[in-house]
Parts: sequence; structure tokens; C-alpha cells
Amino acid sequence: MTNTWQDIKNANVVLVMGGNAAEAHPCGFKWVIHAKIENHAKLIVVDPRFTRTAAVADVYAPIRPGTDIAFLNGVIRYLLEKDLIQHEYVRAYTNAGLIVKQGYGFQDGLFSGYKEDTRSYDKTSWDYELDGQGYAKVDDTWQDPRCVINLLRQHVDRYTPQMVSRICGTPQDKFLEICALFATTAPPDKALTSLFALGWTQHSVGAQNIRAMAMVQLLLGNIGVAGGGMNALRGHSNIQGLTDVGLLSAQMPGYLLLPKDSELTYQQYMATRQYKPLRPGQVSYWQNYGKFFVSLQKAIYGAAARADNDWAYDWLPKVDGGGYDIIRAFEMMNNGQMNGYICQGFNPLQAFPDRNKIRRGLSKLKYLVVMDPLDTETSRFWENFGPQNPSDPAKIQTEVFQLPTSCFAEETGSLVNSARWLQWHWKAADPPGEAQTDIWIMSGIFHRMRELYRKEGGAFPDPILNLTWDYTNPTDPDPEELAKDMNGRALVDIKDPSGAVTLHAGQLLDGFSQLRDDGMTTSGCWIFSGSFTEKGNQMARRDATDPREQGLAPNWAWSWPANRRVMYNRASADPAGKAWNPQKPIIEWNGSKWAGIDVPDFVPTIPPSDAAGPFIMNAEGSGRLFARDQMAEGPFPEHYEPFESPSPNVLHPKVKSNPAARVFADDRAAFGSSADYPYVATTYRLTEHFHFWTKHALINAVLQPEQFIEIGEVLAKEKGIGQGGWVKVSSKRGIVVCKAYVTKRIKPMQVDGKPVHVIGVPIHWGFTGQARKGYGANNLTPSVGDANTQTPEFKAFLVNIEKASAPPA
Amino acid sequence: MIRPEGALIRYTTVTRINHWITAACFVLLVLSGLSMFHPLFFFLSALFGGGQWTRAVHPWIGIVLVASYAGLVAQFWRENFWTTDDTAWLRKFDRVLVNQEEGVPEAGRFNAGQKFVFWAMALLIPALLLTGLVIWEVYFSAVTPLVAQRIALLLHSLLAITAIAVWIVHVYAGIWVRGSLRAMTQGYVTPGWAWRHHRKWLRGLASREPAPRPEGMP
Amino acid sequence: MAGLQSQDYIRRSASTLTPPSIRNHEAEVAKLIDVSRCIGCKACQSACMEWNDLRGEVGHFEGSYDNPLDLDPSTWTLMRFTEWENDKGDLEWLIRKDGCMHCEDPGCLKACPAPGAIVQYANGIVDFNSDACIGCGYCVKGCPFDIPRINPVDHKSYKCTLCSDRVAVGLEPACVKACPTGAIMFGSKSDMTAWAGERVAELKSRGFADAGLYDPAGVGGTHVMYVLQHADRPSIYAGLPDSPQISPFIQGWKGVLKPVALAGLALAAIAGFLHSMIAGPNEVQAEDEAKGRRLLGEGDEAP
Repeated sequence: MTNTWQDIKNANVVLVMGGNAAEAHPCGFKWVIHAKIENHAKLIVVDPRFTRTAAVADVYAPIRPGTDIAFLNGVIRYLLEKDLIQHEYVRAYTNAGLIVKQGYGFQDGLFSGYKEDTRSYDKTSWDYELDGQGYAKVDDTWQDPRCVINLLRQHVDRYTPQMVSRICGTPQDKFLEICALFATTAPPDKALTSLFALGWTQHSVGAQNIRAMAMVQLLLGNIGVAGGGMNALRGHSNIQGLTDVGLLSAQMPGYLLLPKDSELTYQQYMATRQYKPLRPGQVSYWQNYGKFFVSLQKAIYGAAARADNDWAYDWLPKVDGGGYDIIRAFEMMNNGQMNGYICQGFNPLQAFPDRNKIRRGLSKLKYLVVMDPLDTETSRFWENFGPQNPSDPAKIQTEVFQLPTSCFAEETGSLVNSARWLQWHWKAADPPGEAQTDIWIMSGIFHRMRELYRKEGGAFPDPILNLTWDYTNPTDPDPEELAKDMNGRALVDIKDPSGAVTLHAGQLLDGFSQLRDDGMTTSGCWIFSGSFTEKGNQMARRDATDPREQGLAPNWAWSWPANRRVMYNRASADPAGKAWNPQKPIIEWNGSKWAGIDVPDFVPTIPPSDAAGPFIMNAEGSGRLFARDQMAEGPFPEHYEPFESPSPNVLHPKVKSNPAARVFADDRAAFGSSADYPYVATTYRLTEHFHFWTKHALINAVLQPEQFIEIGEVLAKEKGIGQGGWVKVSSKRGIVVCKAYVTKRIKPMQVDGKPVHVIGVPIHWGFTGQARKGYGANNLTPSVGDANTQTPEFKAFLVNIEKASAPPA
Repeated sequence: MIRPEGALIRYTTVTRINHWITAACFVLLVLSGLSMFHPLFFFLSALFGGGQWTRAVHPWIGIVLVASYAGLVAQFWRENFWTTDDTAWLRKFDRVLVNQEEGVPEAGRFNAGQKFVFWAMALLIPALLLTGLVIWEVYFSAVTPLVAQRIALLLHSLLAITAIAVWIVHVYAGIWVRGSLRAMTQGYVTPGWAWRHHRKWLRGLASREPAPRPEGMP
Repeated sequence: MAGLQSQDYIRRSASTLTPPSIRNHEAEVAKLIDVSRCIGCKACQSACMEWNDLRGEVGHFEGSYDNPLDLDPSTWTLMRFTEWENDKGDLEWLIRKDGCMHCEDPGCLKACPAPGAIVQYANGIVDFNSDACIGCGYCVKGCPFDIPRINPVDHKSYKCTLCSDRVAVGLEPACVKACPTGAIMFGSKSDMTAWAGERVAELKSRGFADAGLYDPAGVGGTHVMYVLQHADRPSIYAGLPDSPQISPFIQGWKGVLKPVALAGLALAAIAGFLHSMIAGPNEVQAEDEAKGRRLLGEGDEAP
């Protein structure tokens, strides 16, 4: 989230699209209700199904799964055509006026630079025209046909309301009603907030879905302001923390990138990370990359990371082939290239696409380690549970180690919520039985591995042997010690130019501005710097005081970065430094510095007259309507059909789906056609359950006991399926046999002149726990991910459905 | 059983046991039923071990009563057919009330009053059974609609009140007409009793060969 | 929760006497369920199970989100979902939290034959005292909302207590505390009614012309009230009664019949007594004996 949960109450319009906030985030959804009641906000829901969020919405529009970009590009076209954008904001704070290089173009569904053999782009043309000093050329009058806003206008011109309706199946009147509501937030003192989640991410164009909406928000001047922003509602306790500390295969803590195998030296690695400003006077904060990186290396390797060994750069793993995401991991498992798997707090047999492929992969492993508080399906994958898990233990040689772990209430530590708040929590009870904390288990594995390396050497022992492990209790480090590691400290006395000591050796840092690239500071995650200072554990703060009652509560816990609650909050004020919305200012220029109720997302002393842009992480200082080379499939979002789709891409039939998405050959072979699988399916969560966990809890099992799918009345009638009757849903990859909920909440949509039926597949049931046994929804889902993140396309795929009888108990 | 000389058998042992089972059930039902009918009588539930026991046992007693009364019906239904004599008897009921039965049409084994009680109960008891089943929470609440249960509740009470009223008449008649109680306890009446109250029945007995006298009679 | 002195009874089932009522200054409470802001998350349902230590069976999917499908002895509150197409043809998903309405004039209490098994506190809460419950099910028949359920195992009737135990110590009911969207509010009945007025006005401003408060007069008002978007037709909300009242059958049974019946029976007994006093017993006379014996002695010949 760019903003906070509480800040949602400041919105004038709330858009829930690409998510189902009321069901998946019922507690946070209270702020939407606040917005409605206290701020008279309108709630818009765009979803293939009429959800429980739609039940309290002012406007609901259906949309065919996987067509959000067409919808949002249509919104952009509407706003530009009707000139309902916040001009001053767009002119001053976005790259609308920057001029794009000759050579950039878009034709027949492909941007310039496409390389068919590697399904990727040469992105050199996706950039600005530079002047002699290396700054991007700009035309603030927006007359130049190659300035971003004109290219955008040209790009979205095809997305007329008719076209949107033709692709999305959304009735035109509903679409236009929603566009008009969006436009009501173009005035400077009005804001729209976008609440989204996996409904946007779990697509082969997931990242572009979100980008398209972010562009809408920039055009409406809704980024950085109270009640605005792009608010990703994280679905998993501490999934925000997981990304923050870099638990992705190609990342390091604090969104630093793991080196690629082409970056052989530290100098090569840093060469592309200098982030020289692209416009005069810009902050370009990533210029400090080296400070964050070196401090991280010091946190990992301690004294062994030295200037003369390039801060142990060579000991870092180097990413080849785009990373080891889950889809690739299971591809490798199936190909016999990955033989061991440590599965910590993850349930791949339920959670990853194409369940049969997952089971086959696990069956080929030599060993599988499962660390989880619950008896997960993954840990029992080898057992025969009937048709829901038809394994033959005699044929599976995988050795499975089940290591029971504590759950959140049985350990002390911090969780990062969607709003980036690090909230400390305290252990409430001892874990049951033999369960241990993840820290204890991981420490044990580390010590045993290091001992083996010490004894046996091995091919490359250095990264393990040199790892620093300086804890009071090395076998079970205290969470507070780990938190201090993340925050960082001075390693030696640090002096200012006058020679006075500003930081003593060992002193905890106040924030990442104190980090250095000379090895004198350490910090395990630069964005967490400031969370545990000499003043104490900032994450443990519990002062709910909320200045102006604007939903920031700056002394409650601690928010990264720098306890800043609303990101890009410089943009909440106009170029002269006055709040766009005088009723809800966040920070303003007071004549000498930026001040207000939040920590400025800006250098506090840069005056408005310097015209530095508010988006300080971008080299040009502005919000990007044109993404340059940051996205895999193009600088503008473009509508591509899901990999399994019932209709052609009417915009460019030859390029149907995301041309930059990676697809493994066996996965491609497992895609079904609409001839065999004529219905669109989408998976989702229900409010009664949390993923695959709460089916282990009796109350949740009572509240939603048994697997079902949802189909509309029209399709049910066509297929002779009765309310609550048994059905078999099949994709080319597998089947689900369960009961049918015949509902008015899903209606056929007219797509390109033909009716499209949607079938809803809730994901929660498996074969362990208290709820009734069910088939995993991932029996059906395709193994293809977003081109940027490899997040699987769980939200749009093809299935068939027929009447069935109950499976054997 | 020792009976006086000349005594006439009015009710056989089986009949009397049957009657008293019915009577006991009826009394228990009245006690338990009233305890659930009006707060003033809730104390009666203590006789059954408390409210829960009362609630649980009442319908079962009812079932026994139904079976038991069915036995009485099987034994007596032929003798309870209404005749024109009964109508005539009723017309002279004012005389009966003041104990002056001369001139009242002769009654057979049962007079019109007894027949009224017999048939009233024969109708009320099955009706009580049916309405009782509908409100028998444990077994039948799930299979009957609520509105039917509400109607049944009202009907069951109404029927029960009626049955109790009939029962009061029956019991009082037994006390009023001396000798009746003995007929139902010891099984016999005297020829005089029969002459006074059921002369036609007595004539029937007299015409039979040999007359059904108890053993030991001359 | 019988015997909580802070909550005096104003009504007590099957009782002919006035319950202790000296502490009469207690404010009436009410739970206000704003259907228009309910997201059907069932937090209220699980909070109810948690607080009251209720755990039902893991059931089956029955073709709706209503789980369990109906109220039962372990389910004192239940979200009921209705897919309803409005006059404009737009779908509305009406989600109503069902449970005891805590009527001002409670039909259950009226019907109950067990003294003190059902009580109404001065604050308006209608509560079941399981200890005194005899399991007859009359409360089920007395309730105009079809709420109480008899447990076939212990033969006791159960329903929402409005968390009388929590309210007695100044806490809100568990469902209220758990509700994430503030769709369930709790306070004095007058405050809740006033707040409902604001909510209704807001709903009207959003185009729900028939929005209104459900506080049905037929049962003397309720201590659980709903804000409905379509207060002109409550029954679209999973059969919420349009104009609930205690069934006339129950009224008749517990109203007129009781005194009339007792009087009738007493009259019958008195009539017998008087007859006995006036007419006396009907005794067989010696002459009857003689005639009887003669008849038997002379065979068929009449005297």
C-alpha cells in the first residue's frame, strides 16, 4: 500500500477491482465503510462475480477474467478524451511531457524491439530522447507528438467504450458510469483509492494490470494524497515482510537485486545502478544503492566483507535464466534437475499451479523438508487419500521430513502489514509438542551445514564459512537481536568533517540516511533502518494518537521507509508547496522546510522553487505514465488475452497473449482450447477461510465445510445442474469433483458477440484438516506466470463442466 | 374374590384391570398436563421428578392410555350403540338427576350418560394423540410445520380440558351412583343395583340359561 | 444467566406473581444490525461460537453460503444470504444476521410452561435459563421469528442471549465486538434508534427510498433491530416476517384458554359438589334388591 488502511476513509471514491476486499480483508474493509458513511464515498466493484464486496457497493460491473487492462485503458482513453484529468499534477509530477526516443513504437500487438526466439524485448528504444547533458527532453506544452502523453493518447485510442465492452463483456452503460465516477476525483481536492490484491497479480499480465491503474491514478492526481494511492492488500500475514526482506529468488533485502550471472564483478553490478538523475535537480534516491548494498554485505559477512574483496560480492549467488521462481522450480523438479526441496511455510501441493505436475515433481525428489505449524497436504503428498490425492506410496521414494514449527502467536517478532507497518508482537504461548521456531530450526540447519563444510570443504565453502553469526545464543538467536541486525549499526566510530563522533561504534542507526558504502555501517535491510534504534524498539510502539484524525497514527508501530505513512506524500501538495486538498493536507512547505503530519517523502529542505519531482526513487523525479524499460512486456499496458481464453485478441489476433511471458514447453502442451474447455474459470478465496490453513480450525470448517464451485443459472440450466448438485469441472490438467452453487451472482457476459460463462472455483479445500475432503483448485490451473513476477495465472483459464456423482468418501 | 350371595358380574377382571390402567394413565396425564398448562399447577411436575421428567413422560403415558383405551373400546363398543331408548332416557335426565329413576326408560348395560362418556373419550383420545404427536418435540418437531404445531398446541389443550370435564362427569357419576365403584373395583353389582340402574341389562341376564351367577349361588 | 442481580427480571415465564422489580431505572438496550454495511464475513457467527463455547458439526455444502443451513442448538446466530433482483433488474445480495430479536413482548416467554426458564431483564434482554428449561419446545412455537432450538441431547432450548453475561458487566455482545465493519452496534435502545435514523437518511440519499428501521410493533418492538435498505418488504431478507406477532393460536392458548379452562373445570367440580349436596347419592333401595332378585328368580317372567 502506498497509503495506510485507515487512510481509506479519506477517499471520495473507492475502487475494488482485482480484489475482493470485503471477503479477503474484512477487518481492513471497515475503512471503506468509514469512507462511505463519513465521507459519503462511492464504492465501485468490478469483478467477474458479484462478491460480498459488491453487496455493499454503489456500482457493480461484471468483467471477464483477464481483461482488466482493456477496461483500464478504456478509462484512460475516457479521461484523456473528455480531458478529465488533474492537469497541474500530471504536468508537474508525471513524465507526460517527456519526449520518447525515435525508434519506440507499437504495432500489431508488439512494442519495438521484440525478439521472437527468446520471447523477450530489446528495450533500448523504450526510453527518453536525451539532450547533450544526458537529461531527458521535455515539452511541457504537450505539443510534441512524441511526448509521453501523446503516445499514451495514441496507444489507448483503440480502447473505445464499444471495444472495452466487446473485450471485457462489461455493459457499456456500467463502464461509462464507472468512468464518470473515476473522473469525479480529478479535481485536486478529491481522491480515489484503488484496493486490489491477487485479482490483479495472478494473471500473465498481472504487473501491467496494476501499472494501468497506477497510470489512471497519476492522471487523476491521486497518488501521494490522502484517500488516494495504489493499495495492494496483502493476502498473507507477513507476505509484505517476505518481499521486504527479499525472499524471492532474484532479490535481496530491501528490494535490492541479486546480481545476474552476466554481472561478473561488483563494478559491473553497480554500473547499471548509479541512477544518474534524468532531469536537472532531481533527487534520484537510488543513487545511494551502494550504501544499502555494502551495508547489507557487512550484515551478512561482517569483517569478511572488505573493500579489497568488493564486499564479498563473489560470494553472492548470481541469478541465471531469470530466477528460480516456483514454476521454474517445479519444472526443474520434473526434469530431475532439482532433487531436494526445503518447504518453509509453504504448501505447494495446494498453492502452486497444475497440481498433478506438482505431485509428480515432489515424487521425483530425493528429500523434502516441510516446516509448518500444520499438517499440510504437501507433507502428505505421497499418501493415498482417494481421488483427492491418488498417490501410490510404493512408487514414491522421496524422503519427507516434517518439522513442526511454532505459529505467530507462539513466537516474538514483527509482522509487516499491507501498509508497511512493522508491528512487534509478543509470544502468547509455548508451541505444542515438538514444535520449534523457524529461527531455531534454521539455526540448527546452518550450524550443521557449516560443520560439514568445515570438515569436508566442498566446492565453494566460503559463503557459508564466512557468514557472520554473532548472537548471544547462536542456536536460537533472540528476535530482538535479529531486528537490530535489520536496523543496522555503526561498526566503528563515525565522525563528521569536524572530527566529532556522530555515531559510536556499535550504536544503532536512526535511519538509512546514515548508511555508508565504505564498510563503516551494517544493515540487514536498509528500508527497515530506523525500526530499532537507540531509543528502543520502534515497532513495539502502541500510541494510537492520530493528528487531524487522518488515519496515519505516526507513533503506532513503525512504517518503512523512515516511518513514512503515505508514500510520495510530496505529491499531496501542489508545486508551490500548498496542499491540493486543504481539508486533508499531509505535508506542506512552511517557508523553510517540508512539514506536516507525516514524514516527508522528500528531502525536507529542498524548496518548491527547485522543482524537484516528488517521485524521488525515479531518476526523472516524476511518476511514470511511460515505464521505460521497467516492465517485461512494454512501457504501456496492452491488453493480452489470458493464455487460456475463449476469445481471440480482437485488437491483434496474431499476438493473442503476453508475448514476453515465459512458457515451458510441457506447460504449453497442457493448455486447453476453448473447443474442449469452453468456460472461463477463476479461482478465489472465501471470507470464511484463510488459504489452506483455517480448514484445520473447527469453527472455520463449520462456517464453510465443503468444497463447491459457483456457476450462473443460465449455464446450470443448460447443463442440467441443480442447486447443490455434484459436478465435475475439468481442465486439460486435471479435475475437481464437488458440489455446485447455482447463483444469480454470475451471469453470462457478451464477449465479442458471444456469451461467455464464468465458473468460480474457491481454493480452500484439500485432504488434511477439519473441513471435508476436497480436490485442490490447482488441479485445474495452468502453469504460466506473469512475465515480470512469474505469479501464476490463477484468475483466468479454461474448463469444462458436467454433472457428476459424489466421489467415493 | 369373595362376593356376596346373588352378586352379578358386571366387569370381568381383565376389564377392570384395563379400566384402571386407563384411569391411572388419565390421572397421570391430567396431573402432568396441567403442570405444563398453567403455572399454578407447575408444582405437580414434582410428582414426576421435575419438569424435564414430566415433559418426557407425558407423551409416553399418553401412548399407554391410547392402547389401553383401545382395549376398552374393543370390549364395549357393541354395548355402546346409541338407541332410541337412550334418547328417551336423556329426555328424562332431569329425573335421573334427582335420583328418581322410576318412569325413566330402562337402561341396558350402559345408559346414555355412560355411552356419552364412552364415545366422547373415544373421539377425544385419538384427537389428543394426533395433536400430541405434532407437539412431541423430541420426535416430531422436525417433520411438522411450525404453524401446525401452534394449532396443535391449542387444540391439544382444548381437547384435554374437554376430556377432563368429561372425566369429572364420569368420576362424579361413579361416586353419585352408589355401587358403581364396586362394580369397577370388585367387578360385581347386586341384583337391586342392576334393577335400579340397568333394568334392561338385568332382564337380559335373567333370560339367559343359566343366569350368569357367581359360583356358589343357589 | 439467571440470578445476575444487576439485571432484574421484568418478566418471568410461567409465573403468576410480579418478579422483583424495585431496580427499575435500568436503560433498555438494543443491538442494531445495519444490513446495508454487512459484508457477510461471519465474524459475528464465529465470535458467538467462541464466546459461548459452541461448536457445531462440520456440515455439508447445501447450495448457499448459509452455514450451517439453519439455526441449531449450537448456532445462535446465522448469516442468511439472499440473492434478490431489485425493480431495476440489478442484483442485490441481501445478507442478514439472524438470531433472537429479544422482543419486548416475547412469544417464547409467553408460551413457556416452566417457571423462570425464560426471563426478561429490565434492560430488555430475553434470556433462557437452561436449568429450569423442561425441553417442551413451546418457546419454539411461541416465537414469531422461529428462533429457539431444542437440543435433542440435553432437551434444553437454546438461542442468543444477547450476551447477557457480557452486558451485565458492561461489555458489548461478542458479535458486536467482532464485527469489522460496524454493521452491528450496541447501546441504549434510544441511542440505537437515533443512530438508525441517521443511517436510514444516508441510505435514502444513496437511492434506497424505502430504507427504514425494523423494530416491529406487533411484538412491542424488539431489542435487536435492523436497518434495512428495503424496509417496505422485510420478507425479502430470508423471510424476515413482514409484521411479526405472537401467533393467535398461542395467544388464544396462553391468553383466554387458561382462565376459561380452569374456571370450566372448577365449575364442573363445583356442580358435582352441589349436586351431591342437593340430590345426594343415588343408592339402591331394599325394594330394588327385592325386585331384582325376584326377576332373576322368576326367570323370564316380569314382576
